[in-house]
Amino acid sequence: MKNKKFYGHALPGMDPDTLSGMLVVIEGPDSSGRTTQIELLSGWLERMGYAVARVGLNRSKLVAPALAKAKEGNVLSPRTMSLFYATDFYDQLENTIIPALNAGYVVLSDRYIYTLMARDLVRGADSAWVESLYSMAIIPDAVYFLMASTKSLVERSLTVNLSLDYWESGMDIGISRDWYDSFVRYQRVLRSKYRDLQDKFGFEMLNANRSVKTIQRDLRGRIETVLREIYR
Amino acid sequence: MNEMEIPGKLIAVEGLDGSGKSTQIHLLYQWLVGLGVKVFFSEWNSSGIVKGATRRGKKKHLLTPTTFSLIHATDFADRYERQILPMLKAGYIVLCDRYMFTSFARDGVRGCDPRWLRRMYGFAKRPDVVFYFRLPLEAALGRILDGRTQLKYFEAGMDIGLSPDIEESFTIFQGKVKEQYDTMIDEFGFHVVDATKPIPAQQEVVRTYIDDNMDLSGFRRRVVR
Repeated sequence: MKNKKFYGHALPGMDPDTLSGMLVVIEGPDSSGRTTQIELLSGWLERMGYAVARVGLNRSKLVAPALAKAKEGNVLSPRTMSLFYATDFYDQLENTIIPALNAGYVVLSDRYIYTLMARDLVRGADSAWVESLYSMAIIPDAVYFLMASTKSLVERSLTVNLSLDYWESGMDIGISRDWYDSFVRYQRVLRSKYRDLQDKFGFEMLNANRSVKTIQRDLRGRIETVLREIYR
Repeated sequence: MNEMEIPGKLIAVEGLDGSGKSTQIHLLYQWLVGLGVKVFFSEWNSSGIVKGATRRGKKKHLLTPTTFSLIHATDFADRYERQILPMLKAGYIVLCDRYMFTSFARDGVRGCDPRWLRRMYGFAKRPDVVFYFRLPLEAALGRILDGRTQLKYFEAGMDIGLSPDIEESFTIFQGKVKEQYDTMIDEFGFHVVDATKPIPAQQEVVRTYIDDNMDLSGFRRRVVR
């Protein structure tokens, strides 16, 4: 067992030594295939006898309904949205992730603080402010970033949803009035922010312009190594 | 925008529940309105959009010290960016019934890291003056415990398990909050008002301070309504 650590100080009332499970984060933009990969990983891990808990952004009981409503109207300032998302994150960290780790689960997280930070940074947030905000997050045992070309993201998004998402296109920032143009430019800026974060937080980059099967095989190989380290 | 470009003034009141600060800021507001000054009043935990989530969290006791703190910061950011800051830029005198110091005090007692709290609220302008209505703990407790019928769960700090008895929990919690406020007097240069004095005497202190330190003629409305 490897002791869990926090980026900054621990959460109030939290003893990191009691966390025996494993936290794996799959990061990447929308339509990069994260959800499919997590689905497959989850089945694979359970077949091997590991208990799995799945978490993602914007799923907290506390603020998810209010967040959805706020996004619909687009009336909150970027700063308010940042704090709202941070509330949602910590709610899930404390009420889902930590209890699951305490119970020895493998926690598969569909995105983590990095996406939240990148989104805030693109919208002009100060990086020291954002990093402090998320400083009580547990450092994951592994972070895999699915890196896909913007072109393939557009294609996948259009095939699945028949349209581009307002937020994933960064339409709230007003880069361009043209939806497609905005999507391409927004994803490009986002990517450069992810790169900065990668330098700082050191996550593993995976080429997502490959078949689902190939990516899955790649992920399993990497995860097996971490599993051995934690559950020995 | 730097400080030079913010023509408005920001005045905050802080103090324990029962310190009488809301009464004092109300009287201050009335005075300023009477003088024909552009004035705006904002209250802690009152933004419409985040109120729903706050209420849900409090009712169901879903909040931890961290999410309790974050949700209040969200509420504050919403009010700050949509009202307080625009008002200040438009040259208003903005009165705040509680400001970030309330979070520093309460969330600090709940175990949140003081530096984390201060960084989180780092985006907001520091007030031009903070009036801290200070009184002995027993006096504040007396005003609340005698007057109000029911204490609220979070208000009494029941969430951190100080005592299963709500009145006792409230007493311990308020004592710790007071300690936090007292240490902030120097840290943030609070202007301390003796809250045991009669109401008009306290108000006199507040008005005198403002008269001496701010040129109110610069804040008069241009258009008379």
